[in-house]
Amino acid sequence: MLKASGIKITIASGKGGTGKTFVATNLFQSLSMERIPVTLVDCDAETPNAKLFFKSKKESTREVTQKVPVIDESHCTYCGKCHEYCNYHAIFFLPQSQMIKVIEELCHGCGACLVACKYGAILEKDSELGTITRYSLTNHNTLIESRMHTGVYSPVQVIKKGIKEATDQIITILDAPPGTSCPFIHTVLKADYVVLVTEPTPFGLSNLKQTVDTLRLMEKSFGVIINRAGLGNDEVYNYIKQENIKLLLEIPFQREIASTYSRGTLLTEIEPEWKKKFLSLFDTIIKENGNINHQR
Amino acid sequence: MKVAITSTGNSPDATLDPRFGRCSYFVIYDTQSGSTEFIPNPAREAEDGAGPEAVKLVASRNAKKIVSGEFGLKIKPLLDSMKIQMIVVKDPGKRVSEIIEMLNH
Repeated sequence: MLKASGIKITIASGKGGTGKTFVATNLFQSLSMERIPVTLVDCDAETPNAKLFFKSKKESTREVTQKVPVIDESHCTYCGKCHEYCNYHAIFFLPQSQMIKVIEELCHGCGACLVACKYGAILEKDSELGTITRYSLTNHNTLIESRMHTGVYSPVQVIKKGIKEATDQIITILDAPPGTSCPFIHTVLKADYVVLVTEPTPFGLSNLKQTVDTLRLMEKSFGVIINRAGLGNDEVYNYIKQENIKLLLEIPFQREIASTYSRGTLLTEIEPEWKKKFLSLFDTIIKENGNINHQR
Repeated sequence: MKVAITSTGNSPDATLDPRFGRCSYFVIYDTQSGSTEFIPNPAREAEDGAGPEAVKLVASRNAKKIVSGEFGLKIKPLLDSMKIQMIVVKDPGKRVSEIIEMLNH
């Protein structure tokens, strides 16, 4: 096997429900069965579900917090500087009625308002955003779960902390949230290689194109897995051929595969053939990543 | 008393805009003089914070009531603390003129 220590692989897709978690958990399981040290980070902080596929023991949980301003109106002169400094409209200010209020949901915790205030009228408090939980699994490896609290405006801070929790020394698989917005960007940012999971349908193609455009802007190396192959049409195949994108793996549209997954069972654990396919997927990723790094 | 109404257009024939923060126009109606003023919503396309911006605009015109289709979670406490009453009209086909009519009765 090629040298792979410390590689970070993000499994992503523009469209939801294409099989990101299916690929991430099975790739993780295949490597684990070969006794290869690997960490899986569930970055889909709005609805984490990778844990459902493993027998696990909770090791630790910690809270992710963010500083939000608290305005001490006894010191406030209603000058409006903090409101002016805030890029996120998180400070509501109405000078004529001397009204100033923090809208916590909009606060990004940047601290600009603290710098702006010359009167010591801005204090800070912790606001709880979500949790990072570390699980040790019976396959000897670790699962890290990012989970945001209900009602929190953005999962980004929780995702970033989850990724940071994984050690840089061993292989890390990051299961990304769907879409191409900030949560996706932050799951991809630290990745050495990105695996895009799509399906051969018009929706799959449309979202794949958006993701590819984004990754090219970010100068990330990536390849594509076509899930539910046999469904839909040839347009995804034509697109990746035309764009010279590596097809890493095809997963056929089969009832057995879907029903195995819906029972919470990992295909690679019960089908040695699929374990082999995911191990060779890993080899391809390492090779692809090596080639690209070599060219640089 | 002044009342703000969210509107889809800049005439009394326009229908009520069901969104508060991202409505097209605000109509400021003065119940005493009967005058109406149509103000395009500057925060309509804002990335975030459209609701608080809209509250600011309405409050700066001294409106004591707002008529709209719905109000977001972030702005309800703001309006409450300023004692601005929220009136929800769940009929998207209602015209601004009809709402003004209702306010006069």
